Amino acid sequence: MYPLKHLWLTALLLFVFLTPLGAEAAATADATGSTGSHLLTLSAIDLVIVVLYFGVVLTIGFYLKKYASTGEDFFMAGRKMTAWIAGLSFISANLSSLETMGWSAMAYQYGMLGAHAYLIGAIPAILFLAVVMMPFYYICKTHSVPGYLGLRYGDGSRALAGISFTFLTVMVSGASMFAMAKILNLLLGWNMNVSIWVSSITVAIYVSLGGLLSAVFNEVLQFFLIWLGTLLIPILGIIHAGGWTKMLATAQKNAAIVHPTVQNADFTSLWRNLGSFDTNPMGIDWFGMVFGLGLAVSFGYWCTDFLQVQRVIVAKNLRAAQNGTVIGAALKMMVPIIVTIPGLLGLAVLLNRDGSPMILVPESDPRANITHRTFNDVLPLLMGQYLGPGLLGLGVTAMIAGFMSGMAGNVSAFATVWTHDVYRPLLNRKASDRHYLSMGRWCSILGVLISIGTAYALFYFSNILEFLQVLVFFFIVPLFGTVILGMLWKRATPAGGFWGFLIAILVSMSMWVFVHTFPEGYRPQPKVTLGAGAVVTLEKGADGKIGQIVVESGEVDLVNVPVPIEGDGMGAVGTATHLVVSSDVGKRAAIVGEFIVKDTPATLPPTVPGKDKPIPVQILAPDVTVAGQTTKFGVEAIPVVLRPGVKVASSEMSKKFAPAAFNPDHTRYVARSVKAKPMAVNMYSGFWSLVVCVTVTVSVSLFTRPKPEAELKNLVMGLTPIPDEGPCPWYQSPKLWAAVVFIALVAINVIFW
Amino acid sequence: MHHDHGIPIWFFIGSLLSVYGVLILGSGIYSLVYPPEHTLALADLHAGIWWGILLMVIGLIYTIKYWPSQK
Repeated sequence: MYPLKHLWLTALLLFVFLTPLGAEAAATADATGSTGSHLLTLSAIDLVIVVLYFGVVLTIGFYLKKYASTGEDFFMAGRKMTAWIAGLSFISANLSSLETMGWSAMAYQYGMLGAHAYLIGAIPAILFLAVVMMPFYYICKTHSVPGYLGLRYGDGSRALAGISFTFLTVMVSGASMFAMAKILNLLLGWNMNVSIWVSSITVAIYVSLGGLLSAVFNEVLQFFLIWLGTLLIPILGIIHAGGWTKMLATAQKNAAIVHPTVQNADFTSLWRNLGSFDTNPMGIDWFGMVFGLGLAVSFGYWCTDFLQVQRVIVAKNLRAAQNGTVIGAALKMMVPIIVTIPGLLGLAVLLNRDGSPMILVPESDPRANITHRTFNDVLPLLMGQYLGPGLLGLGVTAMIAGFMSGMAGNVSAFATVWTHDVYRPLLNRKASDRHYLSMGRWCSILGVLISIGTAYALFYFSNILEFLQVLVFFFIVPLFGTVILGMLWKRATPAGGFWGFLIAILVSMSMWVFVHTFPEGYRPQPKVTLGAGAVVTLEKGADGKIGQIVVESGEVDLVNVPVPIEGDGMGAVGTATHLVVSSDVGKRAAIVGEFIVKDTPATLPPTVPGKDKPIPVQILAPDVTVAGQTTKFGVEAIPVVLRPGVKVASSEMSKKFAPAAFNPDHTRYVARSVKAKPMAVNMYSGFWSLVVCVTVTVSVSLFTRPKPEAELKNLVMGLTPIPDEGPCPWYQSPKLWAAVVFIALVAINVIFW
Repeated sequence: MHHDHGIPIWFFIGSLLSVYGVLILGSGIYSLVYPPEHTLALADLHAGIWWGILLMVIGLIYTIKYWPSQK
């Protein structure tokens, strides 16, 4: 009972930390769609549900400790998993809360195209893994994907893959942790430190005690919670919208208002809007979708990301491993129900109090979390709209469960790859099984601690998040090219595999740098920020819309906004640094420095000249006084008048390298069009990375010595006899069910064409 | 799986879902008797009641089917 005492103490501490948050569940969003205090407030019963969840996952960890007594138990769960457990774990490790929230946000931003991540972007690759690749992974009894590379190509490729993988795993895990803590803070007001430490320690405890078995068992539990906590939202949302057809029609109508830059794009189809880059909100064409997402990125992620593969290679036999993977494919195909539909519902049923569509913005938008909720808030906003006490607790538990399943997946994969592919071959080849078991347990804890360190680093360098997300693309696509050539072509040589892998990674990184480079300088959108406490008058036109904003007093911060210098409107006082007069804006000039408006009011322009068209000036007022009331708002392209006495801080910003922006002059070389948007560029980059990997591997292999065939037995097609596992009833045949899932995939794509 | 590892995972899942079902059903009934001041969208459907019942039914099926003493 000793461990249980600690378990319930942890649960009690969690309850104490979270309880003072309030009693009634409520969603807040004011008439402009702006942020309230916290989006959701949990009741006592919601907190009981959350705490119970922590209690149960820890109980499972403590209970399973006795079953993880050898290295094989700890790293491979004893290779005893049934097909169902392997399949549920396979999909749950992938179904993190960032995935559900992130892809709901994608569906809000890109419409039904977001579902491709679960259809062509997943199913063909998972079925390929089940039918073609699984026999090789399973028969060679590798502990990991880098382990397979070691057997096939040698220690050079294994070390490169092992070190890259361990590094990326903990970095991505830390990034997820930071993002999750930030989300819980914004939504519920939970302290970020508490969120990070409580969730991480819980994962560290149950993974270090029970190893992969504990991670897998908890992932099965988390799968149920994620579905049961989220499924009610699409059900209620569709009822609320008046049915499926009406929901789609409303979403399409509102999309033109919510996303004015792509207002002619089709948000409600999977393929008929992919004829060109500008007929869909994702800014991608069919070639990028099929060969970028469907081939390179998807096969890279599902067939060679060890976090995923580890879940199914531990099944009790090859047939169970294959059937588990096919079950995973079938479950994956259903995920759009809890992810894509909420995103579309966000467009259809999230309304302001005046009935207009609520406008959410991307995280990169300066208005994000100040005056506007973000795309990532779609799912929580719907939760606040539909879920009462108890159900809200279940929904929040689903989010936390998703986060923890993803983190446990990263940590268990990190422990395995570090121990078997870095520590064992490079540092200590001859230790006992007990030693490696101990190393695995400590690595689980170490992995969590490094993830926590990464999360805290992101507090200060949050822009790194964007780098981390694409780092995965750099690595997994070349890895797939290397592995698949190794499996299917016995002529592929160790030198070919190593150089193909390495050069493709370097080419991926180079493409990324290229599309974010701006030789002529990148200027962020011009922005006016009204300082806290500024007194403002909003002058409205006959239609009730704001026609002009007058700042009566206070401070104003300008970025890339030219200000008028004629008529002595602006007078420099004290700290002025220099004055730049830009010829293309006539009498308006960009003034850099600090000033006070002197004698006559100064008017800031609603737009500034751009390369092709005028660029609207953003106006942010996070905490101002209007008609005696403290309020906040965010608008664009409206003139701002500064009264005498207003303090102005003006700056100019231009960057040669901007990771958050894409240079269209460069993206046309990678993604075939200046109209290609970020998602298209990522997909095309994945495609070119795969092409480079295959080309280099084949070219180098033709001029270097292959391994003798005797060393390739059980590793390469043609040299790997598939073991006969005896007759099985038709309903246990992996190929049959793979065919059924594939037919269902085709049917879904035709129905929603 | 569960023969090798004592209590099957399905029993843990069933138990937790049963408890969640009771809590959510209870909360739904409370909201029906004492409607909250700020009502949610579609509150008249009383989703808490039928979702609580669904969780309870799923939970009880798993709990009874995989009860450890049956091994």
